[in-house]
Amino acid sequence: MSVTILIATLLVLTAIGFWLGRARAVATASGGAGRLNSLPGYYGYYVAIWCGLPALLLVLLWLAIEPQVIRALVVHSLPASARDLDPARLGLLLNDVRNLATGGFVAGSVDAGVQAAAERYALLKAIGLAAMTVAALALAIAGLTYARRRIRPDFRARARVEATVRIALIACSAVAIITTVGIVLSLIFEAGRFFARISPIEFLLGLEWSPQIALRADQVGAAGLFGAVPLFVGTLLISVIAMCVAMPVGLLAAIYTAEYAHPRARAIIKPILEILAGVPTVVYGFFAALTVAPFFRNLGEGVGLQISSESALAAGIVMGVMIIPFVSSLSDDIITAVPQSMREGSYGLGGTQSETIRKVILPAALPGIVGGFLLAISRAIGETMIVVMAAGLAANLTANPLDAVTTVTVQVVTLLVGDQEFDSPKTLAAFALGLVLFCVTLVLNVIALHVVNRYREQYE
Amino acid sequence: MSNGVEPMPNRLPAGAQNPVSAAVTASLKRRYAAERRFRLYGLLAVVFAALSLAALVFTIVQTGLPAFSTTMVRLPVTISSEAIDPAGTRDPQTLSGADYQKVVRDALAELFPDVTGRSQRRDLFSMLSPGGAYELRNRVMADPAVIGSRIEMLIPVADDIDQYAKGHIEASSKGIETRITDDQAQWFARLKDRGMIESVFNTRLFTAADSRSPELAGIWGALVGSFWTMAVTLVLSFPLAVGAAIYLEEFAPKNRWTQLIEVNINNLAAVPSIVFGLLGLAVFLNFFGLPRSAPLVGGMVLALITLPTIIIASRAALKAVPPSIREAALGVGASPIQTVFHHVVPLALPGMLTGTIIGMAQALGETAPLLMIGMVAFIVDIPSGPLDPATVMPVQIYLWSDSPERAFVERASAAIIVLLGFLIVMNVLAVVLRKRFERKW
Repeated sequence: MSVTILIATLLVLTAIGFWLGRARAVATASGGAGRLNSLPGYYGYYVAIWCGLPALLLVLLWLAIEPQVIRALVVHSLPASARDLDPARLGLLLNDVRNLATGGFVAGSVDAGVQAAAERYALLKAIGLAAMTVAALALAIAGLTYARRRIRPDFRARARVEATVRIALIACSAVAIITTVGIVLSLIFEAGRFFARISPIEFLLGLEWSPQIALRADQVGAAGLFGAVPLFVGTLLISVIAMCVAMPVGLLAAIYTAEYAHPRARAIIKPILEILAGVPTVVYGFFAALTVAPFFRNLGEGVGLQISSESALAAGIVMGVMIIPFVSSLSDDIITAVPQSMREGSYGLGGTQSETIRKVILPAALPGIVGGFLLAISRAIGETMIVVMAAGLAANLTANPLDAVTTVTVQVVTLLVGDQEFDSPKTLAAFALGLVLFCVTLVLNVIALHVVNRYREQYE
Repeated sequence: MSNGVEPMPNRLPAGAQNPVSAAVTASLKRRYAAERRFRLYGLLAVVFAALSLAALVFTIVQTGLPAFSTTMVRLPVTISSEAIDPAGTRDPQTLSGADYQKVVRDALAELFPDVTGRSQRRDLFSMLSPGGAYELRNRVMADPAVIGSRIEMLIPVADDIDQYAKGHIEASSKGIETRITDDQAQWFARLKDRGMIESVFNTRLFTAADSRSPELAGIWGALVGSFWTMAVTLVLSFPLAVGAAIYLEEFAPKNRWTQLIEVNINNLAAVPSIVFGLLGLAVFLNFFGLPRSAPLVGGMVLALITLPTIIIASRAALKAVPPSIREAALGVGASPIQTVFHHVVPLALPGMLTGTIIGMAQALGETAPLLMIGMVAFIVDIPSGPLDPATVMPVQIYLWSDSPERAFVERASAAIIVLLGFLIVMNVLAVVLRKRFERKW
């Protein structure tokens, strides 16, 4: 019985439970539903919850834990020589075992130990599935009978069902917290393993980045260099270029739509900005790599400038275009939130419209706009696809926008894409970079959200 | 002072003006010029945004449109039974293992009896896509009766020849090497003169999965992968987000726990998506041992990314339901849960669905986190469920636009056109839903 069929069976049982509970409630009341404490449906829901919920939770928990247990058992059964392998090679060996057990393809010859482990793996898998099926079905049926026997006309079924719903709602809202905790823990844990090999000081202050680890230990540069400063500078450079485009254009576009544009013009401008916001970043990346970068290179050739075909300029400008709608919609919200009375006061003193905007509205809206800018910067720092496709891979420490630079996100992608063992400093470095990225954007976001909220409260 | 009002008694001698009003009048010209300039800057910003969008769309349509047609050669092929099935048993095993490549090549060589040299023949054969042999095999397997007859087949040409036919690359001439030799260009011209070259709609683009040969590659595999991923995302994120929104908006007491959740949701909305990819890699793949490249994991990661979007939209929708509805329901004796689920949620549902569609559109275009969890592999099979290795549309676009062949770049553009089509449909749907069900209380 596969997991899908098991879950389907449990759902059918749950439906039967609902029907049984309802029928029983009506039967016990015999003198009509009026004597029941709750509507008959609630008794049905009560039985269904007891039948389906524990069994489904058991299946989920089992599926989450089973691979770890089986892995431990298989490793235990491996010959001693294999058990002493370092984690990375043990992982490869276990992969072979798994492939062999599921009838997949295994490269090279297979020795008897691995073969035996594969058989054991397949056996354990089968036992696990059978045990899970039996346990889940037993739990479902036990829950069903227990709940059904508790049904009496004075049983407060609605209160129980509503309490469960309330707990489920709380669980839903806790997902946001669990996600944050998951992100923080996984980043800290993996980055911690990285910092156990490379010192944080070398990582944060080193000027050389070349994470390629040689295949043999005696090759030149075998250790790899993990100084991330060139990546930080590259990220900063591209973000600064992007903000130079996005801040003025986004803000001016917001001012124009909010203060000047005729409603009919606004009906055209708003959708244009919304479409720009909706274009996937991979499309911007395509545009940057195939159109904008060659355009700048040819332009540079025309005036005798050496512009790299992966220049920071092209990636930054396209990223800026991507962020324009973000800046403009945030600024638009904030500008329209400035009370009309302030505008009228300024007009009454004889200010022109642009003077009103520059000397009254913008200063009043400044905290909110700055908050919006901070959010935009955090967006630029975390943006991935545009730079992966249009910026370079080589870690040059330069502030020249015409050169190729690389960014934190580009390196995270290049370090993790493709098959490689999971325990080398090279892959762990990606998590260290991810941690830096998360911390920087988190700080920016917290400040920005705080500022924006404070500003909103001011005029509400 | 023109509309009949008595002029104020002027203390200054006649003819002289108030120095303040004189200064104001003198500066008016400058101030109005500044006003016009400022307005122009605003207009320029809008025009810049519009031009960027126009340039983007124009480039993509211009590169992508040719990919919707493809060049085929109509080739008379003699399927001799000696070549396919010398023993005459019609055994499917023999039929599937036969050398169809040779049959197709012989058919081409027949047209060019003057091509004899080894390297010349190699150049000649490389003009055809390997897809021709597969097609012939399928045809023979489906109907073994065609063995021994002469049939006409439309065989795709290799991607370089296709690009040449579309005028995107030139043939090599003295000194400049391109991917097309002089001979090939000449042979192509001869085929064209005989009317054997046809440009047809590229159906393969919509029926095939990825391939090493651009002329055989299609987006169907990626579309199916996207479908499974989106299905998982929707199933996970919609109930979770709506549940969270209902709790926060309707039930949560105002305490530190609630505040913590709210801060978290706002923060998650602004965390870079690539960090969610790292979470998926570390937790879903390495800790829980879920399969790499599977739409299940992709969908789970994307569900976490879209969660804040849907929660925020759903909360706004719930907030828009007037309190009188709740008070009326509570007044006739409904419990708080009944009030919310029977009366408030149905009224807020259009708003929640709009938010969900927008969240889904965002997830459909998301690429970076999926690269982290291995959905970037070269996958030739069409996934048949959420556990099969798959790739999705944006990742396919990334893979193709990264490849050196122009034909792949062209297909990446075509895939972008299809993806943007989907996104536009989803957004229009969201707008229509909002317009249709929007209620002013």
